[in-house]
Amino acid sequence: MAHHEHEIVRLSASALAEQLAAGEVTSVEATQAHLDRIGSVDGEVHAFLHTNAELSLRTAVEIDARRAAGESLHALAGVPIAIKDVIVTNDMPTTSGSKILEGWLPPYDATVMKKLRAAGLVPIGKTNMDEFAMGSSTEHSAYGPTHNPWDLERIPGGSGGGSAAAVAAFEAPLALGSDTGGSIRQPAHVTGTVGVKPTYGGVSRYGAIALASSLDQIGPVSRTVLDSALLHDIIGGHDPLDSTSLTDEWPSFADAVRRADVKGLKIGVIRELDGEGFQPGVLERFREALDLLAANGAEITEVSLPSLEYAISAYYLIMPAEASSNLAKFDSVRFGLRVNPPGGGTVEDVMSATREAGFGPEAKRRIILGTYALSAGYYDAYYGSAQKVRTLVQRDFAAAFAGVDVLVSPTAPTTAFKLGANDGDPMAMYLNDIATIPANLAGIPGISLPVGLAKEDGLPVGIQFLAPAREDARLYTVGGALERLLEDTWGHTLISQAPDLAPGEMAAAEEGAV
Amino acid sequence: MSEITQEQVAHLANLARIALTPDEIESLTKELGSIVDNVAKVSEVATADVPATSHPIPLQNVYRDDVPGNTLTTEQALAGAPDHDGSRFRVTAILGEEQ
Repeated sequence: MAHHEHEIVRLSASALAEQLAAGEVTSVEATQAHLDRIGSVDGEVHAFLHTNAELSLRTAVEIDARRAAGESLHALAGVPIAIKDVIVTNDMPTTSGSKILEGWLPPYDATVMKKLRAAGLVPIGKTNMDEFAMGSSTEHSAYGPTHNPWDLERIPGGSGGGSAAAVAAFEAPLALGSDTGGSIRQPAHVTGTVGVKPTYGGVSRYGAIALASSLDQIGPVSRTVLDSALLHDIIGGHDPLDSTSLTDEWPSFADAVRRADVKGLKIGVIRELDGEGFQPGVLERFREALDLLAANGAEITEVSLPSLEYAISAYYLIMPAEASSNLAKFDSVRFGLRVNPPGGGTVEDVMSATREAGFGPEAKRRIILGTYALSAGYYDAYYGSAQKVRTLVQRDFAAAFAGVDVLVSPTAPTTAFKLGANDGDPMAMYLNDIATIPANLAGIPGISLPVGLAKEDGLPVGIQFLAPAREDARLYTVGGALERLLEDTWGHTLISQAPDLAPGEMAAAEEGAV
Repeated sequence: MSEITQEQVAHLANLARIALTPDEIESLTKELGSIVDNVAKVSEVATADVPATSHPIPLQNVYRDDVPGNTLTTEQALAGAPDHDGSRFRVTAILGEEQ
């Protein structure tokens, strides 16, 4: 073997892709290295709900054969990728983190899966998540929580904690996530990784098990900004199977990273997300990053989004309302679990018993809340008002973007909290999403990338940039530039500072035992 | 402002077709009360002159040509069903005794 496995798994997707193209490593070697890494660390991390080595290696063999035959392949062909379990796959079970879908094998592929397969990426497994993407910690997964690779007693964020932990723990260089209120960006923040929520409609939602259809968006998860851009270039674009899919022609986001520069870029700091309620170590790293951007020619100003204080409230009405409607499909008839109540009963009794047994506490909470917000007599006061707040949030963003190119804030108020820390207090858990939710309400794109470790706990801190709808490229420009400036300052990547989860692995590899 | 009662939660659970246990109804009543108190502030700024936004990026008339699409076969559609007879989903009685 030309490379030791511990070296392969630490490569970024773009670096691995270069080695694959140069014939220095095969897709089978790369896939096996990641499967072995999953084997050695995932017992502790629990990023994955399902892997199938034989299936993944079969795909890798095929890519290697095509490359050997001289076929011209996509730049990322042969690179392994982890898939959030909210995305349906016709060759791997898909549960969305719920017992109600345990063991379900979808009869079709999501559009993003078709695009990944067409580009020759190697799906390496399905990642853990809060049930139906309802949560900020993965503690609401029916299959047990994922652990943060930086500190196994802490949350990896959510709902896409599995995808973020998988890339942070070097179990995959890339992953797919979905972001309804921050489920890609907040896990990136707490795991020292990169995550992007594209413009609403920029990536097809066909085959993403819906949480809240007007908020959900699939996006890339990775360790570098360039890797997210490369993945975004593959999964983006119009899909006739998703009626909310935009017909825009998108520029190359990878090119946006490669020519990244912040000189003259106008950056607006969101006043409402820069102070009260934010951990000191988070704010410290955030402000250092702003200073670095300013020192390199960015123009930093402060902007106010006065409606932001109503955004969480609006979100926690709109999201459960849409969820209660979307989750009505789990009816014990067409797919998933069926539980027959003692003594039998009508189809309605079976349905009610099934949903009682199949949904976890957070899913029930949100379905009941959403049913309440939509019910006669309350609709206008709750759901109707929340939709008006959505208009106000959009107007705030429009006014802000009239004066700046991108907006910036810390991605979340705190670093990773301990597993179980917010048990029994759903509202405290909901406040984690304060900085990420507004983008979903407005449909605009956002990125989170690491800016260092908080002084008080040594845990990763992320910065979030937001851009106007359809201007995703700006996120890659500013994100790519900041990442380079920070790494030049540090002399290393942030993720290289994560604890070694399998300390014996490197020594063993050097002795040729692995 | 919210006065969520256990009767109300039981009614919502019935509408949502979830056979909640009495314990769940009790804890959900408390939690919903607290959440609703927190989110009710939306009505403070939702004045009559503000239009509602249902969708972040409005699109209109998204049609496709009226031709058969690539649909699932009957076998595929039934593959994940808890019970079927080969061509249809099979369920228990639709109507109860009092209906």
